[in-house]
Amino acid sequence: MSGGDYLAAAYTVVLVTILLYVVIIAAKLTRLERQTAELAELARRRTDG
Amino acid sequence: MSTSSSNSRVPAIAAVAAGLVGLSLVLIFFVAPEDADQGISQKIFYFHVPIALTAYACFGWGALKALLYLWRREERYDLESYVGIHQGTIFGALTLVTGSIWARASWGVWWAWDSNQLVLFLVLFLFYSAYFMLRFSVEEGPRRANFCAVYALFGVALIPVSFLAIRLAEDFIHPTVFTRDGPQMSGTMFFTFCVAWAGMTALAYALYRVELVGKRLDANLRDLREALTT
Repeated sequence: MSGGDYLAAAYTVVLVTILLYVVIIAAKLTRLERQTAELAELARRRTDG
Repeated sequence: MSTSSSNSRVPAIAAVAAGLVGLSLVLIFFVAPEDADQGISQKIFYFHVPIALTAYACFGWGALKALLYLWRREERYDLESYVGIHQGTIFGALTLVTGSIWARASWGVWWAWDSNQLVLFLVLFLFYSAYFMLRFSVEEGPRRANFCAVYALFGVALIPVSFLAIRLAEDFIHPTVFTRDGPQMSGTMFFTFCVAWAGMTALAYALYRVELVGKRLDANLRDLREALTT
């Protein structure tokens, strides 16, 4: 492997880690959005009932 | 300052981080000269060292928040300490991986056990990795927060040892770029390094704030669910 290959590997590792972090945060936000909708529905039913 | 008003600054922090990281990439690949000894692989330095310094800063931040928790007994400091250490562990893992790749390119080996700085950084990383084992093996509450805060404070003692190891042990394997005579590089290289360091610090802070927002939202939703279902 050349110096350029090692350089590309190092920067790819950093980029992939940050992207993976964004994916995890996005998944978490989706879960929180679903939970918020469930709680809003629960609150609505309590108010109606 | 209220939590919601400080949260509104998160997009601005993220934009600053994106701008600085983008600028640093332009400087690294189009402005900074190639190193005469190591060639193009030396450019790993511009991300590897700022990532390592950011990891130290995150661990230090986590310890500071732990100290504040023990002093003021406010629950939010426990969460902030945990998120700081989590960020430090991510940046610590990146330091080890990028450092290992650079070592292979420069020294021909993936790891050097006789380099004190490498081994001490690994010890620091493993110490803080074990923090999560402690945190998730104790039931949530003040007891867990106390254990975690004390553990985080113990770990911070390793930071100056790890940082100064290379100078104390006269380690000739790992390069010493910053000496008492100043940075051992050209002005352009140093400027590029500073921008990359600022970018990495801003990125870590943005990720810290985003994670903190998520964790607080999660806790608030749990409280709300409990209030609605009882």
